[in-house]
Amino acid sequence: MSPDLLKLIFGRLGFESLPLHEPIVVGTFAVVALGGAALLGGLTYFRLWGYLWREWFTTVDHKRIGIMYMILGIVMLLRGFADALMMRGQQMLAFNGSEGYLNAHHYDQVFTAHGVIMIFFVAMPLVTGLMNYVVPLQIGARDVSFPFLNNFSFWMTVGGAVLVMASLFIGEFARTGWLAYPPLSNIGYSPDVGVDYYIWALQVAGVGTTLSGINLICTIVKLRCPGMTMMKMPVFTWTSLCTNVLIVASFPVLTVVLALLSLDRYVGTNFFTNDFGGSPMMYVNLIWIWGHPEVYILVLPAFGIFSEVTSTFSGKRLFGYTSMVYATVVITILSYLVWLHHFFTMGSGASVNSFFGITTMIISIPTGAKMFNWLFTMYRGRIRYELPMMWTIAFMLTFVIGGMTGVLLAVPPADFVLHNSLFLIAHFHNVIIGGVVFGAFAGITYWFPKAFGFKLDPFWGKMSFWFWVTGFYLAFMPLYVLGLMGVTRRLRVFDDPSLQIWFVIAAIGAGLVFLGILSMLVQFAVSFLRREQLKDVTGDPWDARTLEWATSSPPPDYNFAFTPVVHDNDAWWDMKRRGYQRPLTGFRPIHMPSSTGTGIILAGLATAMGFGLIWYIWWLAALSFIAMLAVGIGHTFNYHRDFDIPAEDVIRTEDARTKLLAGAK
Amino acid sequence: MNTDTHAANADDHHHEGGHAHGTFSSYVLGFVLSVVLTAIPFWLVMSGALPSKQITALVIMAFAVVQIVVHMIYFLHMNTTSENGWSMMALIFTIVMVVIALSGSLWVMSHLNSNMMPMHQMSGMK
Repeated sequence: MSPDLLKLIFGRLGFESLPLHEPIVVGTFAVVALGGAALLGGLTYFRLWGYLWREWFTTVDHKRIGIMYMILGIVMLLRGFADALMMRGQQMLAFNGSEGYLNAHHYDQVFTAHGVIMIFFVAMPLVTGLMNYVVPLQIGARDVSFPFLNNFSFWMTVGGAVLVMASLFIGEFARTGWLAYPPLSNIGYSPDVGVDYYIWALQVAGVGTTLSGINLICTIVKLRCPGMTMMKMPVFTWTSLCTNVLIVASFPVLTVVLALLSLDRYVGTNFFTNDFGGSPMMYVNLIWIWGHPEVYILVLPAFGIFSEVTSTFSGKRLFGYTSMVYATVVITILSYLVWLHHFFTMGSGASVNSFFGITTMIISIPTGAKMFNWLFTMYRGRIRYELPMMWTIAFMLTFVIGGMTGVLLAVPPADFVLHNSLFLIAHFHNVIIGGVVFGAFAGITYWFPKAFGFKLDPFWGKMSFWFWVTGFYLAFMPLYVLGLMGVTRRLRVFDDPSLQIWFVIAAIGAGLVFLGILSMLVQFAVSFLRREQLKDVTGDPWDARTLEWATSSPPPDYNFAFTPVVHDNDAWWDMKRRGYQRPLTGFRPIHMPSSTGTGIILAGLATAMGFGLIWYIWWLAALSFIAMLAVGIGHTFNYHRDFDIPAEDVIRTEDARTKLLAGAK
Repeated sequence: MNTDTHAANADDHHHEGGHAHGTFSSYVLGFVLSVVLTAIPFWLVMSGALPSKQITALVIMAFAVVQIVVHMIYFLHMNTTSENGWSMMALIFTIVMVVIALSGSLWVMSHLNSNMMPMHQMSGMK
């Protein structure tokens, strides 16, 4: 075939795009291909495809979508953490003239992929998954406001993850760092597909994130059960509301910045180029207007989880509910006023730097207020040190350290010394692991019995806990030391042999965290095998306080047979105290949304379009775009959107629960 | 049955607040206003009625802001009471965010520009 025709069909894609010269990538590919083939074969052998498609892939049930988000987050955690181990290994070895085992080309991709994956495809899915699962239950709703949109959002997030994973084996990923600053990310300095993978993965996933934000805001504003005024909402629902407001307000900025960068790369505009009036500094400014709210998007729901866990396991009402709500709202606003602290050193001068330094320090006030609220909730409480509470205490200790180093970095003169050093790396891992990751784990162990009907095995949970916590401190405290000594981030080889010992300690820490992740996987398996002993028949295994514990574990499709009426914050605690009797008669048919495959099809087409744009396969991009429009319009003619669960089915489900509850007494 | 703890009809509370709908005359008024507000900037540019380009640009931006307000009132039916005041709250929040992002960026970028662009002093170009 002529080269022109090949180019028309395959764009930039060719055999030389496959990274066959990288033995590590080839080895990974072999393992992934074997594992993937075994998984697909297993699914086919046990005839699970139909079940998966009908019950999971096309579902619009917020609970199942929430669980799928969590699975996506955990799977991507394995990939992101593999990158982390590779970096720790490289930095441990590359001393005394050794080049380590990763070449620069590969190492740069590894640190970029690590950041992108951990933020967008681990932390975001874990947080969104928990919100998706818990919020409708906490406010006594049957589903989110737009169930189909929820399914579509999830699959768009998966589409972005698929593109990132594809870049490992087809072509390469960006070598620019996780925010892809120009001019490095411009076409002149990054002519290959890496940055294009980055752009389209984030754009596809970003659609999902924004839509899911709109969906959850609408759910919280419109679907609260009678009696639940704004100031009676559980704190987790409050923090979710603020997080989703932040998502809706900030993600469009990311979309626009990436769109401008793609215009620079694809059609030769000069928004962020060095010459013709372009300004790379504008990119840095704009992307941090999104980027700073993003970290609060991640941590606010974690704060909500800790609030629920602390009051449940202390057996007390949350101390200072009102101040907690106001602190959350204040953080929401303030998170928009601090973005410049990410680039103090770029040269905006003393007045600008002092303004943003001061606003940054002010944020620690509402956050500190929250910390004291949790402490006072525990004060004179009857604290039960179960796993969710252990994660919470680990969070409180760890996050305070991270917060203090954050205030150090907020001082502009100090930042001039510490900017882009390993001190910064240690700081943000300290707050993200200590805050978001520990929060997600507290949330997973806390709500797992609700989602699956049995608790997680405590022994393996504690193994995971101690490996994670000690591993975290071993891995990141050395980075604080190195950062103070002036070691900058993203280095591949080192000249000074006296630094090596710190990197060895950090690598040992990363190894412990690896054991923590393994223990967690073992914990899931062991808990599944021991599910009869760990069974939760009451629906309220922790003697908890909010509405999600009023229904069975796992909840029926319709969540609540009757919409609850709320009289107090801690609605379920109030119902228990007033001797609430579960209604046994008077059930009626329940109106529910129907499953649809449109979401997964649209997201698949969007992913194909992204792939086409990355490789300049224009026919594929155009075709998928037209197909997306057609499927989207076609879906508006689908009138089978809802159905009624017959009253008999409701009666059968509720009677089964009555029997279970009677057996438990 | 314990009616105290359960709502009789779960769907009742989904429709509170209500949506305002425009009348024929309000739509026409909105349309005419939008056309006028679009035509004037066009005319300003085509005829060059104002002496400096900078003033023209500022005037066009002012018309654009008015245009946004017209759309919000006549086509999106926003007022202080729609959706129990949530629309107004969302609007205020949006304005605060946009003002922070725009004014902050202008402030930051002008400082960056004057501090970090040595070319600018040497050649006197913008």
